[in-house]
Amino acid sequence: MDYKKPKFKEKYENFIGGKFVPPVGNEYFENNSPIDNTLIAKYPRSQKEDIDHAVIAANKAKEAWGNTSAAERAGLLNEVADIIEANLEEFALVETCDNGKPIRETLNADIPLSVDHWRYFASAIRAEESTMSELDIHTVSLNLKEPLGVIGQIIPWNFPLLMLSWKLPPALATGNCVILKSAEQTPSTATLLMEKIADVFPPGVVNILHGFGPEAGKPLASHSGIDKVAFTGETTTGQLIMQYASKNLNPVTMELGGKSPNIFFNSVMDADDAFLDKAIEGAVLFAFNQGEVCTCPSRLLVQEDIYDAFMARVIERTEAIIQDNPYDVNTMVGAQASNDQYEKILSYLKIGKEEGAKVLTGGAACHLDGDLANGFYIQPTILEGHNKMRVFQEEIFGPVVAVTKFKDEAEALEIANDTLYGLGAGVWSRDAHQLYQIPRAIKAGRVWVNCYHAYPAHAPFGGYKKSGFGRETHLMMMNHYRQTKNMLISYDKNKLGFF
Amino acid sequence: MNYTRVAITQAATLILDQLKAKYGDLIFHQSGGCCDGSSPMVFEEGEMYLDESDILLGQLDGINYYMNQDQFDYWKHTHLTVDVTEGRGASFSLEIPMGVRFIIRSRLLTPEENSELNN
Repeated sequence: MDYKKPKFKEKYENFIGGKFVPPVGNEYFENNSPIDNTLIAKYPRSQKEDIDHAVIAANKAKEAWGNTSAAERAGLLNEVADIIEANLEEFALVETCDNGKPIRETLNADIPLSVDHWRYFASAIRAEESTMSELDIHTVSLNLKEPLGVIGQIIPWNFPLLMLSWKLPPALATGNCVILKSAEQTPSTATLLMEKIADVFPPGVVNILHGFGPEAGKPLASHSGIDKVAFTGETTTGQLIMQYASKNLNPVTMELGGKSPNIFFNSVMDADDAFLDKAIEGAVLFAFNQGEVCTCPSRLLVQEDIYDAFMARVIERTEAIIQDNPYDVNTMVGAQASNDQYEKILSYLKIGKEEGAKVLTGGAACHLDGDLANGFYIQPTILEGHNKMRVFQEEIFGPVVAVTKFKDEAEALEIANDTLYGLGAGVWSRDAHQLYQIPRAIKAGRVWVNCYHAYPAHAPFGGYKKSGFGRETHLMMMNHYRQTKNMLISYDKNKLGFF
Repeated sequence: MNYTRVAITQAATLILDQLKAKYGDLIFHQSGGCCDGSSPMVFEEGEMYLDESDILLGQLDGINYYMNQDQFDYWKHTHLTVDVTEGRGASFSLEIPMGVRFIIRSRLLTPEENSELNN
């Protein structure tokens, strides 16, 4: 054992207007660790009045903040990145405790990636230029990008600090003030961040609140004092947020998940080499982060002539996964984030079996010993079936993949696109033609080609179809937080001659 | 024989009754997608804009249960039972502050149910 549960205070507060403040109603909720279902700490159960205070603080700050120079804002974003990096291990440990994901993942993925997104947007805003056109010899059109003002952001619990770090930097870099509501399952790293960076931004620029969706999320999303909402979550809440935004005529961006196909063409098995080894790992990435990823490659499509040989290797690799204490650096798969997710995944395993899916490996809860017996663990599971089954159509958000075979490119595409969603996809082949043509034909916003689950800054991420709209982790996200001021300038001394 | 597509457990009915006492008329809407997707959401009636693309699956304890048509096409061969579990779901569903979450337990429709409901 390399790490253990970190120490927490008894309770934490919201961060509004540059300081930590208790919720107006003085109510708190208990946040437990899914690793062993023990208490972490109490967090504010915010209500509409708390959101109101944050909206007032943000609106008060927005004019001065919106007029700061790009250099100044970039400097502060870099300062945040440096602070997270200097405390990487502490953030990683708190994240693992709150979410249940293994420590090797938070140390090597969640936290370092978070650092990089802050730095990326610090750079992007410095390097950016506006556009101008000379419309004729006397007339110039000048385009200036101005912040929207106050942004409401609602983030999920699967990558708590990373989702915060996808959303806050582009909004702040472009001169907006932000009110962010953490997910009620995972408020800890957002709070830790504010403890570390409390003095970095002017009061009111960054406000972090905790609480439940119907009590705090809805008043934020529907507030007339904000100018935009950015949301990551599921479709019904997405529709509600768009409804609220329509009342305020506000723009929204949203990422609503997927049911991503991961397609393996027969050429991957042309040689038993490093690439085949990479491809097999690529198929097993469904278990990454316990499957709690919006782009989880949860539909595995394998060409029929390599199906048996390829799946034998995939099953072998899946069964070699170490599922144990998330604080152990050797653990590869940890706990699901909450009991309701755990129950939901088990209900999907049941209906999958009832629909006739064959369990190739796993298929049940994973019972660990000692303190972990109270945690929420599911065995990495491979279900074999067909694409009309519900386990092929719904995002289970667990370490569960549904596999089927296809005979040719046309059938692979038909299955891949037979889904309501279009967030991610994977294509694996040694055929140069397939590597371009198949991704072009897949209706999804991100197609990984001979790789999967890479999320670098500067590669845009977002959905087609019911997976939402907007492109994060790229400088194009900055325009989702801005409006364009067109200054149309005449240098002609002469009048029009109409009047 | 009158078959149904949806049912509710007694434990879920008890939670629903508390919510009805607090909020009045309610609806269920089945979500899809990321995170808390695939879970049933309960809202005050009128909260969510519904139209002909929302299929009414049935009534539970006097509450309409809706699902979007696109999703229904993939779900219609299964029977859904609303149950409740301890947990901390993240969405705007009204039961969340109570520390419980509605979840769906599914089974296949029997051939008899399927021929009456889906033909």
